[in-house]
Amino acid sequence: MMTGNPEQPEIFAGLLAITRRELLLAWRRPGDILTPLFFFAMVCTLFPLAVGPSAEQLIFSGPGVLWVAALLATLLSLNSLFLSDHEDGSIDQLLVSPQPLPVLALGKTFAHWLISGLPLVLISPLMAMTYRMPSEIIGVLMLTLLLGTICLSLLGSIGAALTVGLHRGTALLSLLILPLAMPVLLIGANTVSLAAGNEVYATGIWALAAYVVMTVSLAPYATAAALRISNE
Amino acid sequence: MGRCQTLCLPLVPRIVNRPLSATECKLLTAKLSANDLTLIRGETCLFQGLRFALTSGELLLLEGQNGSGKTSLMRAIAGMLSLESGEIFWNGVDVTRQRQAFHGALVWLAHRSGLKGDLTLVENLRFEASLRPQSNVDTSSVYERLGISRLKRLALRSLSAGQQRRVALARMLMADVPLWLMDEPFTNLDPEGRKLVLELTEEHLASGGMCVMAAHQDIDISATIVRVQL
Repeated sequence: MMTGNPEQPEIFAGLLAITRRELLLAWRRPGDILTPLFFFAMVCTLFPLAVGPSAEQLIFSGPGVLWVAALLATLLSLNSLFLSDHEDGSIDQLLVSPQPLPVLALGKTFAHWLISGLPLVLISPLMAMTYRMPSEIIGVLMLTLLLGTICLSLLGSIGAALTVGLHRGTALLSLLILPLAMPVLLIGANTVSLAAGNEVYATGIWALAAYVVMTVSLAPYATAAALRISNE
Repeated sequence: MGRCQTLCLPLVPRIVNRPLSATECKLLTAKLSANDLTLIRGETCLFQGLRFALTSGELLLLEGQNGSGKTSLMRAIAGMLSLESGEIFWNGVDVTRQRQAFHGALVWLAHRSGLKGDLTLVENLRFEASLRPQSNVDTSSVYERLGISRLKRLALRSLSAGQQRRVALARMLMADVPLWLMDEPFTNLDPEGRKLVLELTEEHLASGGMCVMAAHQDIDISATIVRVQL
Protein backbone atom coordinates (compact mmCIF):
# COMPACT_ATOMS: atom_id res chain seq x y z
CA MET A 1 0.00 0.00 0.00
CA MET A 2 2.72 2.41 1.00
CA THR A 3 5.34 3.11 -1.60
CA GLY A 4 6.56 6.56 -0.55
CA ASN A 5 6.87 9.11 -3.33
CA PRO A 6 10.36 10.44 -3.70
CA GLU A 7 9.44 12.70 -6.63
CA GLN A 8 8.02 16.15 -5.96
CA PRO A 9 4.51 17.04 -7.11
CA GLU A 10 4.06 19.27 -10.15
CA ILE A 11 3.74 22.88 -9.06
CA PHE A 12 1.84 23.94 -12.14
CA ALA A 13 -0.62 21.09 -11.65
CA GLY A 14 -1.29 22.35 -8.12
CA LEU A 15 -1.86 25.91 -9.32
CA LEU A 16 -4.24 24.67 -11.98
CA ALA A 17 -6.06 22.33 -9.60
CA ILE A 18 -6.80 24.97 -6.98
CA THR A 19 -7.88 27.51 -9.59
CA ARG A 20 -10.22 24.96 -11.11
CA ARG A 21 -11.64 24.04 -7.71
CA GLU A 22 -12.32 27.68 -6.83
CA LEU A 23 -14.03 28.31 -10.15
CA LEU A 24 -16.15 25.19 -9.70
CA LEU A 25 -17.13 26.33 -6.21
CA ALA A 26 -18.05 29.78 -7.51
CA TRP A 27 -20.10 28.15 -10.25
CA ARG A 28 -22.05 26.22 -7.62
CA ARG A 29 -22.65 29.44 -5.66
CA PRO A 30 -23.19 32.20 -8.20
CA GLY A 31 -24.36 34.63 -5.50
CA ASP A 32 -20.77 35.18 -4.42
CA ILE A 33 -19.81 36.44 -7.87
CA LEU A 34 -22.88 38.54 -8.43
CA THR A 35 -22.99 40.57 -5.19
CA PRO A 36 -19.84 42.69 -5.82
CA LEU A 37 -20.77 43.02 -9.47
CA PHE A 38 -24.26 44.31 -8.59
CA PHE A 39 -22.70 46.69 -6.08
CA PHE A 40 -20.39 48.06 -8.77
CA ALA A 41 -23.23 48.41 -11.26
CA MET A 42 -25.52 50.05 -8.71
CA VAL A 43 -23.03 52.67 -7.53
CA CYS A 44 -22.09 53.50 -11.12
CA THR A 45 -25.67 53.90 -12.31
CA LEU A 46 -27.04 55.67 -9.23
CA PHE A 47 -24.38 58.35 -9.18
CA PRO A 48 -25.45 60.08 -12.44
CA LEU A 49 -29.04 59.97 -11.25
CA ALA A 50 -28.08 61.76 -8.05
CA VAL A 51 -25.82 64.47 -9.52
CA GLY A 52 -27.98 65.23 -12.55
CA PRO A 53 -27.50 64.77 -16.28
CA SER A 54 -25.09 67.66 -16.96
CA ALA A 55 -22.62 66.21 -19.48
CA GLU A 56 -19.72 68.29 -18.31
CA GLN A 57 -20.08 67.16 -14.71
CA LEU A 58 -20.45 63.50 -15.68
CA ILE A 59 -17.38 63.49 -17.92
CA PHE A 60 -15.43 65.16 -15.15
CA SER A 61 -16.46 62.79 -12.35
CA GLY A 62 -16.75 59.56 -14.38
CA PRO A 63 -13.23 58.12 -13.99
CA GLY A 64 -13.16 58.80 -10.24
CA VAL A 65 -16.56 57.31 -9.53
CA LEU A 66 -15.93 54.21 -11.64
CA TRP A 67 -12.61 53.62 -9.95
CA VAL A 68 -13.88 54.14 -6.40
CA ALA A 69 -16.80 51.80 -7.12
CA ALA A 70 -14.39 49.19 -8.48
CA LEU A 71 -12.17 49.47 -5.42
CA LEU A 72 -15.07 49.14 -2.98
CA ALA A 73 -16.60 46.24 -4.92
CA THR A 74 -13.28 44.40 -4.78
CA LEU A 75 -12.97 45.05 -1.04
CA LEU A 76 -16.49 43.70 -0.59
CA SER A 77 -15.62 40.45 -2.32
CA LEU A 78 -12.29 39.96 -0.55
CA ASN A 79 -13.71 39.11 2.83
CA SER A 80 -14.91 35.73 1.66
CA LEU A 81 -11.63 34.77 0.01
CA PHE A 82 -10.39 32.46 2.77
CA LEU A 83 -13.46 32.45 5.02
CA SER A 84 -15.11 29.22 3.86
CA ASP A 85 -11.73 27.49 3.76
CA HIS A 86 -11.19 28.52 7.35
CA GLU A 87 -14.63 27.30 8.42
CA ASP A 88 -14.45 23.85 6.86
CA GLY A 89 -10.82 23.24 7.74
CA SER A 90 -9.47 23.15 4.20
CA ILE A 91 -6.93 25.82 5.12
CA ASP A 92 -5.26 23.26 7.38
CA GLN A 93 -5.15 20.82 4.50
CA LEU A 94 -3.57 23.46 2.26
CA LEU A 95 -1.02 24.24 4.98
CA VAL A 96 0.13 20.62 5.17
CA SER A 97 -0.10 19.97 1.45
CA PRO A 98 3.11 19.07 -0.36
CA GLN A 99 2.57 22.02 -2.70
CA PRO A 100 4.28 25.29 -1.77
CA LEU A 101 1.75 27.49 0.03
CA PRO A 102 2.50 30.65 -2.01
CA VAL A 103 1.57 28.74 -5.17
CA LEU A 104 -1.75 27.70 -3.66
CA ALA A 105 -2.37 31.25 -2.44
CA LEU A 106 -1.61 32.57 -5.91
CA GLY A 107 -4.04 30.05 -7.42
CA LYS A 108 -6.80 31.09 -5.05
CA THR A 109 -6.19 34.78 -5.71
CA PHE A 110 -6.09 34.21 -9.45
CA ALA A 111 -9.46 32.45 -9.25
CA HIS A 112 -10.78 35.31 -7.13
CA TRP A 113 -9.72 37.79 -9.78
CA LEU A 114 -11.33 35.70 -12.53
CA ILE A 115 -14.54 35.61 -10.51
CA SER A 116 -14.77 39.16 -9.22
CA GLY A 117 -12.23 41.33 -11.04
CA LEU A 118 -12.63 40.25 -14.63
CA PRO A 119 -16.46 40.54 -14.79
CA LEU A 120 -16.12 44.02 -13.35
CA VAL A 121 -13.69 44.99 -16.12
CA LEU A 122 -16.03 43.49 -18.70
CA ILE A 123 -19.10 45.44 -17.62
CA SER A 124 -17.19 48.69 -17.11
CA PRO A 125 -17.76 49.91 -20.75
CA LEU A 126 -21.49 49.69 -20.10
CA MET A 127 -21.10 51.76 -16.95
CA ALA A 128 -18.77 54.23 -18.67
CA MET A 129 -21.44 54.96 -21.24
CA THR A 130 -23.63 56.40 -18.47
CA TYR A 131 -20.89 58.98 -18.01
CA ARG A 132 -20.75 59.81 -21.72
CA MET A 133 -17.22 58.56 -21.98
CA PRO A 134 -15.90 58.44 -25.57
CA SER A 135 -15.01 54.97 -26.85
CA GLU A 136 -11.23 55.51 -26.99
CA ILE A 137 -11.26 56.54 -23.33
CA ILE A 138 -13.29 53.46 -22.48
CA GLY A 139 -10.37 51.41 -23.80
CA VAL A 140 -8.01 53.18 -21.39
CA LEU A 141 -10.48 52.73 -18.54
CA MET A 142 -10.72 48.99 -19.20
CA LEU A 143 -6.96 48.64 -19.37
CA THR A 144 -6.41 50.48 -16.08
CA LEU A 145 -9.19 48.51 -14.40
CA LEU A 146 -7.74 45.26 -15.75
CA LEU A 147 -4.34 46.03 -14.21
CA GLY A 148 -5.85 47.63 -11.12
CA THR A 149 -8.15 44.76 -10.19
CA ILE A 150 -5.23 42.32 -10.43
CA CYS A 151 -3.32 44.48 -7.95
CA LEU A 152 -6.34 44.83 -5.67
CA SER A 153 -7.04 41.08 -5.62
CA LEU A 154 -3.42 40.30 -4.79
CA LEU A 155 -3.11 43.00 -2.12
CA GLY A 156 -6.47 42.00 -0.74
CA SER A 157 -5.44 38.38 -0.42
CA ILE A 158 -2.80 39.45 2.12
CA GLY A 159 -5.40 41.27 4.19
CA ALA A 160 -7.93 38.47 3.83
CA ALA A 161 -5.34 35.95 5.01
CA LEU A 162 -4.41 38.09 8.01
CA THR A 163 -7.99 38.66 9.16
CA VAL A 164 -9.39 35.22 8.40
CA GLY A 165 -9.27 34.03 11.99
CA LEU A 166 -10.99 37.14 13.36
CA HIS A 167 -14.71 37.56 13.66
CA ARG A 168 -16.05 40.39 11.58
CA GLY A 169 -12.70 41.21 10.14
CA THR A 170 -14.16 43.17 7.22
CA ALA A 171 -13.50 46.62 8.68
CA LEU A 172 -9.99 45.67 9.67
CA LEU A 173 -9.37 44.16 6.26
CA SER A 174 -10.37 47.42 4.58
CA LEU A 175 -8.15 49.42 6.93
CA LEU A 176 -5.19 47.15 6.24
CA ILE A 177 -5.61 47.17 2.50
CA LEU A 178 -6.56 50.77 1.79
CA PRO A 179 -3.09 52.30 2.29
CA LEU A 180 -1.63 49.77 -0.14
CA ALA A 181 -4.52 50.13 -2.56
CA MET A 182 -4.45 53.91 -2.55
CA PRO A 183 -1.70 54.27 -5.20
CA VAL A 184 -3.69 51.94 -7.47
CA LEU A 185 -6.78 54.12 -7.12
CA LEU A 186 -4.88 57.37 -7.62
CA ILE A 187 -2.92 56.20 -10.62
CA GLY A 188 -5.89 54.41 -12.17
CA ALA A 189 -8.40 57.26 -11.88
CA ASN A 190 -5.86 59.90 -12.88
CA THR A 191 -4.74 57.98 -15.93
CA VAL A 192 -8.31 57.84 -17.21
CA SER A 193 -8.78 61.57 -16.46
CA LEU A 194 -5.58 62.41 -18.32
CA ALA A 195 -6.69 60.35 -21.29
CA ALA A 196 -10.05 62.12 -21.25
CA GLY A 197 -8.23 65.48 -21.26
CA ASN A 198 -6.16 64.43 -24.31
CA GLU A 199 -2.95 64.38 -22.35
CA VAL A 200 -0.13 61.84 -22.13
CA TYR A 201 -1.38 58.92 -20.02
CA ALA A 202 1.02 56.08 -20.86
CA THR A 203 3.03 56.70 -17.67
CA GLY A 204 0.06 55.70 -15.56
CA ILE A 205 -0.41 52.46 -17.47
CA TRP A 206 3.28 51.60 -17.02
CA ALA A 207 3.10 52.44 -13.32
CA LEU A 208 0.08 50.18 -12.87
CA ALA A 209 1.80 47.42 -14.84
CA ALA A 210 4.84 47.77 -12.59
CA TYR A 211 2.58 47.53 -9.55
CA VAL A 212 1.07 44.35 -11.00
CA VAL A 213 4.52 42.83 -11.46
CA MET A 214 5.45 43.74 -7.90
CA THR A 215 2.28 42.35 -6.34
CA VAL A 216 2.32 39.16 -8.42
CA SER A 217 5.84 38.43 -7.28
CA LEU A 218 5.53 39.43 -3.63
CA ALA A 219 1.91 39.10 -2.52
CA PRO A 220 1.68 35.28 -2.69
CA TYR A 221 4.56 34.97 -0.21
CA ALA A 222 3.00 37.54 2.12
CA THR A 223 -0.37 35.78 1.86
CA ALA A 224 1.21 32.42 2.64
CA ALA A 225 2.98 33.85 5.68
CA ALA A 226 -0.23 35.55 6.82
CA LEU A 227 -2.17 32.29 6.47
CA ARG A 228 0.42 30.50 8.60
CA ILE A 229 0.18 33.18 11.28
CA SER A 230 -3.59 33.35 11.42
CA ASN A 231 -3.89 29.57 11.61
CA GLU A 232 -1.58 29.09 14.56
CA MET B 1 29.50 17.72 6.40
CA GLY B 2 29.89 18.25 10.13
CA ARG B 3 26.63 20.15 10.21
CA CYS B 4 24.87 17.38 8.37
CA GLN B 5 26.11 14.84 10.86
CA THR B 6 24.75 16.72 13.84
CA LEU B 7 21.43 16.90 12.05
CA CYS B 8 21.40 13.22 11.33
CA LEU B 9 22.20 12.24 14.89
CA PRO B 10 20.14 14.71 16.79
CA LEU B 11 20.05 13.20 20.23
CA VAL B 12 23.30 11.32 20.48
CA PRO B 13 26.63 13.09 20.95
CA ARG B 14 28.71 12.89 17.82
CA ILE B 15 31.61 10.98 19.41
CA VAL B 16 30.76 8.28 21.87
CA ASN B 17 33.34 6.05 23.51
CA ARG B 18 30.85 3.47 24.73
CA PRO B 19 28.34 1.10 23.24
CA LEU B 20 25.07 2.84 22.50
CA SER B 21 22.17 2.16 24.80
CA ALA B 22 18.97 0.69 23.46
CA THR B 23 17.24 4.07 23.52
CA GLU B 24 20.07 5.71 21.64
CA CYS B 25 20.05 2.97 19.03
CA LYS B 26 16.38 3.50 18.57
CA LEU B 27 16.79 7.22 18.16
CA LEU B 28 19.36 6.63 15.44
CA THR B 29 17.00 4.53 13.39
CA ALA B 30 13.87 6.54 14.12
CA LYS B 31 12.02 7.96 11.15
CA LEU B 32 10.10 10.51 13.16
CA SER B 33 11.54 11.80 16.39
CA ALA B 34 11.09 14.76 18.64
CA ASN B 35 13.44 16.30 21.12
CA ASP B 36 12.47 18.43 24.12
CA LEU B 37 9.25 19.81 22.72
CA THR B 38 7.69 22.64 24.67
CA LEU B 39 4.48 24.27 23.61
CA ILE B 40 2.83 27.23 25.29
CA ARG B 41 -0.61 28.35 24.21
CA GLY B 42 -1.70 31.61 25.76
CA GLU B 43 -0.86 31.36 29.46
CA THR B 44 -0.76 27.59 29.75
CA CYS B 45 2.12 25.30 29.10
CA LEU B 46 0.64 22.29 27.30
CA PHE B 47 3.74 20.15 27.43
CA GLN B 48 7.37 20.55 28.31
CA GLY B 49 10.44 18.52 27.42
CA LEU B 50 8.40 16.03 25.43
CA ARG B 51 10.35 13.37 23.56
CA PHE B 52 9.39 10.52 21.34
CA ALA B 53 10.82 8.39 18.56
CA LEU B 54 8.93 6.42 16.01
CA THR B 55 10.13 3.94 13.41
CA SER B 56 8.40 2.19 10.56
CA GLY B 57 5.48 0.05 11.62
CA GLU B 58 4.88 1.84 14.91
CA LEU B 59 1.92 3.76 16.24
CA LEU B 60 2.35 6.83 18.42
CA LEU B 61 -0.71 7.05 20.61
CA LEU B 62 -1.40 10.40 22.23
CA GLU B 63 -3.45 10.09 25.37
CA GLY B 64 -4.86 12.73 27.64
CA GLN B 65 -7.99 14.54 28.65
CA ASN B 66 -9.83 17.03 26.49
CA GLY B 67 -7.75 20.13 26.11
CA SER B 68 -4.51 18.47 27.17
CA GLY B 69 -2.82 19.39 23.89
CA LYS B 70 -3.19 16.31 21.69
CA THR B 71 -4.38 18.25 18.68
CA SER B 72 -1.84 21.00 19.36
CA LEU B 73 0.97 18.44 19.40
CA MET B 74 -0.24 17.05 16.08
CA ARG B 75 -0.47 20.51 14.59
CA ALA B 76 3.04 21.17 15.85
CA ILE B 77 4.29 17.99 14.21
CA ALA B 78 2.62 19.02 10.96
CA GLY B 79 4.36 22.39 11.24
CA MET B 80 1.22 24.47 11.76
CA LEU B 81 2.13 25.62 15.27
CA SER B 82 5.46 27.07 16.18
CA LEU B 83 7.01 25.43 19.20
CA GLU B 84 8.43 27.28 22.16
CA SER B 85 11.45 25.04 21.99
CA GLY B 86 12.53 21.68 20.65
CA GLU B 87 12.96 20.10 17.25
CA ILE B 88 11.15 17.48 15.24
CA PHE B 89 13.17 15.26 12.94
CA TRP B 90 12.01 13.35 9.91
CA ASN B 91 14.52 10.79 8.65
CA GLY B 92 17.08 12.47 10.89
CA VAL B 93 16.70 15.93 9.39
CA ASP B 94 14.98 18.83 11.12
CA VAL B 95 11.54 19.21 9.53
CA THR B 96 11.82 22.99 9.32
CA ARG B 97 14.65 22.46 6.82
CA GLN B 98 12.61 20.18 4.58
CA ARG B 99 9.04 21.36 5.04
CA GLN B 100 7.91 20.45 1.53
CA ALA B 101 9.39 16.98 1.54
CA PHE B 102 7.95 16.30 5.00
CA HIS B 103 4.49 17.47 3.97
CA GLY B 104 4.77 15.20 0.96
CA ALA B 105 5.23 12.28 3.33
CA LEU B 106 2.31 12.95 5.66
CA VAL B 107 -1.43 13.18 5.54
CA TRP B 108 -3.55 14.82 8.23
CA LEU B 109 -6.96 13.57 9.25
CA ALA B 110 -8.36 16.43 11.29
CA HIS B 111 -11.56 17.10 13.24
CA ARG B 112 -12.93 19.12 10.39
CA SER B 113 -12.78 17.20 7.17
CA GLY B 114 -11.32 20.02 5.06
CA LEU B 115 -13.50 18.88 2.18
CA LYS B 116 -15.78 21.18 0.24
CA GLY B 117 -19.49 20.67 0.86
CA ASP B 118 -20.47 22.11 -2.51
CA LEU B 119 -18.34 19.67 -4.45
CA THR B 120 -19.00 15.99 -4.97
CA LEU B 121 -16.91 13.28 -3.39
CA VAL B 122 -15.05 12.60 -6.64
CA GLU B 123 -14.35 16.29 -7.27
CA ASN B 124 -13.00 16.69 -3.75
CA LEU B 125 -10.73 13.69 -3.95
CA ARG B 126 -9.56 14.51 -7.45
CA PHE B 127 -8.47 17.93 -6.22
CA GLU B 128 -6.56 16.39 -3.32
CA ALA B 129 -4.92 13.90 -5.64
CA SER B 130 -3.75 16.60 -8.04
CA LEU B 131 -1.77 18.29 -5.24
CA ARG B 132 0.33 15.16 -4.82
CA PRO B 133 2.57 13.20 -7.16
CA GLN B 134 0.84 10.53 -9.19
CA SER B 135 -0.01 7.63 -6.90
CA ASN B 136 -0.91 4.16 -8.04
CA VAL B 137 -3.69 3.52 -5.56
CA ASP B 138 -6.78 2.02 -7.15
CA THR B 139 -9.51 4.56 -6.35
CA SER B 140 -12.48 2.31 -6.96
CA SER B 141 -11.18 -0.29 -4.53
CA VAL B 142 -10.70 2.44 -1.90
CA TYR B 143 -14.30 3.60 -2.41
CA GLU B 144 -15.47 0.00 -2.20
CA ARG B 145 -13.51 -0.66 0.97
CA LEU B 146 -14.92 2.40 2.74
CA GLY B 147 -18.44 1.76 1.48
CA ILE B 148 -18.75 5.11 -0.27
CA SER B 149 -18.90 4.04 -3.93
CA ARG B 150 -22.65 4.71 -4.01
CA LEU B 151 -22.11 8.31 -2.94
CA LYS B 152 -19.67 9.35 -5.65
CA ARG B 153 -21.95 11.79 -7.47
CA LEU B 154 -23.49 13.44 -4.40
CA ALA B 155 -22.53 16.83 -3.05
CA LEU B 156 -20.60 16.32 0.13
CA ARG B 157 -22.89 18.48 2.24
CA SER B 158 -25.73 16.02 1.66
CA LEU B 159 -23.75 13.20 3.30
CA SER B 160 -23.97 12.34 6.99
CA ALA B 161 -21.12 13.19 9.36
CA GLY B 162 -20.01 9.57 9.41
CA GLN B 163 -20.04 9.32 5.64
CA GLN B 164 -18.00 12.51 5.40
CA ARG B 165 -15.48 11.00 7.78
CA ARG B 166 -15.25 7.99 5.48
CA VAL B 167 -14.49 10.32 2.59
CA ALA B 168 -11.73 11.90 4.67
CA LEU B 169 -10.39 8.39 5.29
CA ALA B 170 -10.49 7.76 1.54
CA ARG B 171 -8.35 10.84 1.00
CA MET B 172 -5.90 9.49 3.55
CA LEU B 173 -5.64 6.14 1.79
CA MET B 174 -5.32 7.69 -1.64
CA ALA B 175 -2.51 10.00 -0.55
CA ASP B 176 -0.34 6.86 -0.29
CA VAL B 177 2.17 8.35 2.16
CA PRO B 178 4.14 6.82 5.04
CA LEU B 179 2.97 9.05 7.92
CA TRP B 180 -0.64 9.31 9.00
CA LEU B 181 -1.64 11.97 11.53
CA MET B 182 -5.07 10.99 12.82
CA ASP B 183 -6.89 13.26 15.22
CA GLU B 184 -9.63 11.21 16.91
CA PRO B 185 -10.32 9.14 13.80
CA PHE B 186 -13.25 7.30 15.41
CA THR B 187 -15.57 10.30 15.85
CA ASN B 188 -18.91 10.00 14.06
CA LEU B 189 -18.19 6.48 12.85
CA ASP B 190 -20.44 3.47 13.45
CA PRO B 191 -18.94 0.36 15.14
CA GLU B 192 -18.22 -1.14 11.75
CA GLY B 193 -16.45 2.05 10.69
CA ARG B 194 -14.36 2.09 13.86
CA LYS B 195 -13.32 -1.50 13.18
CA LEU B 196 -12.42 -0.50 9.64
CA VAL B 197 -10.18 2.34 10.90
CA LEU B 198 -8.35 -0.14 13.13
CA GLU B 199 -7.93 -2.57 10.24
CA LEU B 200 -6.66 0.13 7.91
CA THR B 201 -4.22 1.38 10.54
CA GLU B 202 -2.97 -2.15 11.16
CA GLU B 203 -2.42 -2.74 7.44
CA HIS B 204 -0.69 0.59 7.05
CA LEU B 205 1.66 -0.20 9.93
CA ALA B 206 2.27 -3.71 8.65
CA SER B 207 3.36 -2.31 5.30
CA GLY B 208 5.96 -0.13 7.02
CA GLY B 209 3.92 3.00 7.58
CA MET B 210 3.69 5.13 10.70
CA CYS B 211 0.78 6.58 12.58
CA VAL B 212 0.35 9.34 15.11
CA MET B 213 -3.09 9.01 16.63
CA ALA B 214 -5.01 10.89 19.28
CA ALA B 215 -7.75 8.68 20.63
CA HIS B 216 -9.79 8.15 23.76
CA GLN B 217 -10.54 4.50 23.16
CA ASP B 218 -8.37 1.42 23.43
CA ILE B 219 -6.43 0.67 20.30
CA ASP B 220 -6.39 -3.08 19.88
CA ILE B 221 -3.98 -3.80 17.06
CA SER B 222 -0.97 -6.02 16.65
CA ALA B 223 1.74 -3.41 16.29
CA THR B 224 4.18 -1.61 18.53
CA ILE B 225 2.38 1.23 20.26
CA VAL B 226 4.42 4.11 21.67
CA ARG B 227 2.32 5.92 24.23
CA VAL B 228 2.63 9.60 25.04
CA GLN B 229 0.68 10.86 28.03
CA LEU B 230 -0.16 14.52 27.78
